[in-house]
Amino acid sequence: MKEQLSWKVGGQQGEGIESTGEIFSTTLNRLGYHLYSYRHFSSRIKGGHTNNNVRISVDEVRSVDDNIDILVAFDQQTIDVNSHELYAGGIILADSKFNPTVDESLDVVLVDIPFTEIAKEQGSQLMKNMVAIGASARLMKLPMEPFKDMIHTMFIRKGEEIVESNHNALRLGYEAMDEKFSYMNITNDFELAPSDGKERLYLIGNDAIGFGAVNAGVRFMPAYPITPASEIMEYMIKHLPKLGGTVIQTEDEIAAVTMAIGSNYAGARSFTASAGPGLSLMMESIGLSGMTETPLVIVNTMRGGPSTGLPTKQEQADLNQMIYGTHGDIPKIVLAPSDVEDAFYSTIDAFNLAEYYQVPVILLSDLQMSLGKQTSDPFDLSRVEINRGKTILEDIERDEDDQDYFERYGDSDDGISARPIPGLKGGIHHVTGVEHSPTGTPSETAENRQVMMEKRMRKLENFVMKEPFKVTGEKESELLVISFLSVNGVAGEAIRRFDPDIVGNITHVQLKQLHPFPAEALYPYLDGAKEVLVIEQNYSAQLFNIVKMNYHMHSKMKSFTKYNGTPFKPNEIEKYIQSILKIKEVL
Amino acid sequence: MATFKDFRNNIKPNWCPGCGDFSVQAAIQKACAGNGLEPDELAVITGIGCSGRLSGYIKSYGFHATHGRSLPVAQGVKMANKDLTVIASGGDGDGFAIGMGHTVHALKRNIDITYIVMDNQIYGLTKGQTSPSSSKGFVTKSTPKGSLEQPIQPIKTALASGATFVAQSVSSDIKELTSIIQQAISHKGFSFVNVFSPCVTYNKVNTYDWFKENLIPIADFEGYDVHDANSAMNTIMENDGLLKGIIYHNPDAPSYEEQLGEYNDEPLISREMRLERSTFDDMMAEFK
Repeated sequence: MKEQLSWKVGGQQGEGIESTGEIFSTTLNRLGYHLYSYRHFSSRIKGGHTNNNVRISVDEVRSVDDNIDILVAFDQQTIDVNSHELYAGGIILADSKFNPTVDESLDVVLVDIPFTEIAKEQGSQLMKNMVAIGASARLMKLPMEPFKDMIHTMFIRKGEEIVESNHNALRLGYEAMDEKFSYMNITNDFELAPSDGKERLYLIGNDAIGFGAVNAGVRFMPAYPITPASEIMEYMIKHLPKLGGTVIQTEDEIAAVTMAIGSNYAGARSFTASAGPGLSLMMESIGLSGMTETPLVIVNTMRGGPSTGLPTKQEQADLNQMIYGTHGDIPKIVLAPSDVEDAFYSTIDAFNLAEYYQVPVILLSDLQMSLGKQTSDPFDLSRVEINRGKTILEDIERDEDDQDYFERYGDSDDGISARPIPGLKGGIHHVTGVEHSPTGTPSETAENRQVMMEKRMRKLENFVMKEPFKVTGEKESELLVISFLSVNGVAGEAIRRFDPDIVGNITHVQLKQLHPFPAEALYPYLDGAKEVLVIEQNYSAQLFNIVKMNYHMHSKMKSFTKYNGTPFKPNEIEKYIQSILKIKEVL
Repeated sequence: MATFKDFRNNIKPNWCPGCGDFSVQAAIQKACAGNGLEPDELAVITGIGCSGRLSGYIKSYGFHATHGRSLPVAQGVKMANKDLTVIASGGDGDGFAIGMGHTVHALKRNIDITYIVMDNQIYGLTKGQTSPSSSKGFVTKSTPKGSLEQPIQPIKTALASGATFVAQSVSSDIKELTSIIQQAISHKGFSFVNVFSPCVTYNKVNTYDWFKENLIPIADFEGYDVHDANSAMNTIMENDGLLKGIIYHNPDAPSYEEQLGEYNDEPLISREMRLERSTFDDMMAEFK
């Protein structure tokens, strides 16, 4: 029995590959397995190779595997493109329809099953995915009932007949595979060990962010569609109306971000979500939020850049722009959730921090975290807190003859000023992106400028979150690995492959607070490490350089990057760590 | 009851003496008082340019945003708190050059705010370059041989974009302008008011006298039906957009917000931010 298996389904975009993966993996989640998936897709709607890689495990998994065990192919291209990824003795379940062949030099088993033919006999070739799921279930020796229940839930709206024919397709796929076992030489074990049966969530990062935003009190979202951020907007479109809220699809990203600023200024939490090109358009508005001290949350689901770049591929190359972008100096917070579960809580943090400090907060994600579906422990409502800081929501009592403007930008020790929302009695003030006096009146005097700049920047001077990073391991280490977002999971898996009794401690820091950089908190780990390795997905080693800016021992720091658009695999990182540790042995 | 004086503050505008914007400011203050508003019930959202300074000169809540972005900010404010009266304002460069995309979309979206453009057909604050509404042949610093482009006729663009309230006036006619702004604020939906507001420093062509000579009051057209978009468009086309008065009004079109159902029950700012346990559980169950 296997504690974990990797199953990949591939075919032409638009022929149900995604839903095949979806039905299969959702059922496995309900069975209590841990899952981590990766979708390979292109910037087109129909046609082009697409595949969905689902890793199934009895323990937590936060990365794809190095190789795959099972490949389900709906066309020859799927075999040609993916068969080299199979482990020795791996299996291909292919539709007989296209007379599948495989490179004979590969140590793999090709099993052809008439997916399409069986589906047609049941009434529609659309059901070929059910046949494939049935065959896969038999291969892994999984019970049929949960799959049947899943089909029932999905199709009962279309009538009992549709449910029944899908059940039949599933069963026939199962039986076809069963028959293959009777005469084929399938040596590898594909039987999945039993799960712990616990109830977990199975979701993409974008949904965790959307649900987090709703829990943070967001009832209005202006947004402009873009890959890979649109699912956040879609989540809000689905859920806000019943909470009395709404989404406006704006004319562009500038409108989206400035509308969110307007809503936050007026006292209703709002945000927008986009990716690289959209964030580039928002740069001026981020400065407006910073200068006017209007809370703002922007989600940036990073994809391959620059320009249109690689819209459907993985990269983490917007870090510099998120930290430094906009002209002039403003206080700003940049957060990176450590995984999908943390994306929920970090989203709520982002709104609280934005409102508490009255600053723009960039909540980062990357394509693999945003779209890679994975299991997570259920979210905990008791951990949801809403902190509105110095926002004033009630009328302010003033003497009748006191007609002065409210000191919206009055200086204070922590630099944060009271913020009455428009509409309140006694709170009238002015807000402007021009340098301004405490009441918001434009002022260009040197004295005022100095006071106001220092007031704004003071807000985040010593800012450090409760948990600026997650740590696995000790302060003293042979090697300290630093990563963020979806690289956390794969780096963690690579690290766990080393035996500390042989190589010594490898400590892993998953950075959550990227800006302001939590240098003080990180020093003990940097000091305690013999080597420091920063792993990230961009060409210019952006995070590595930020760590270097904040730490003097450059000689012990190394960078490992990948920028070809695909996520790291654990063995790539494993090999690099090996090379570092070996070099040390030689010395 | 607030009077127009209650909408004044003690800040001296930095506009040139004789600038048309002074009268637009006064008309807005009078219109707000005339509509029975209190200063704290009003939010004035402006863009960048001479006219963009307006938000600081009216006693009300004010937000002076970035160049061309007064409209999305104003729409965001209104969506957050539907009980506020929201006026967006700026110049012709703000609304018809850098912000034109927002203008067209705000017109077609029809959120219940009022947009007042102070149109002087020139870039004043940057010291005299051509603007989107400058006439063809207009000589400026940036068009020394005269503008080669057709001017935008704001009311034509507004009507073509699906506007539900279109008006135009000139800053020197404070009485008419006040009445138009009062009606614009009362209109349930997006109201567009283009005000020719002469730049006495850089525009020596489109002067107060020029507008007096060239603008035709809409009242002069016998039997003109303000609810008829076709005749409105024809009248605009036949007169090069040089009209004053309320050009088009559709009081029956529902605003964007009115079509949103539960959104209308109470302003978003008054709603409970925390989810009920049952709602939280139902939403989380979708991920299982």
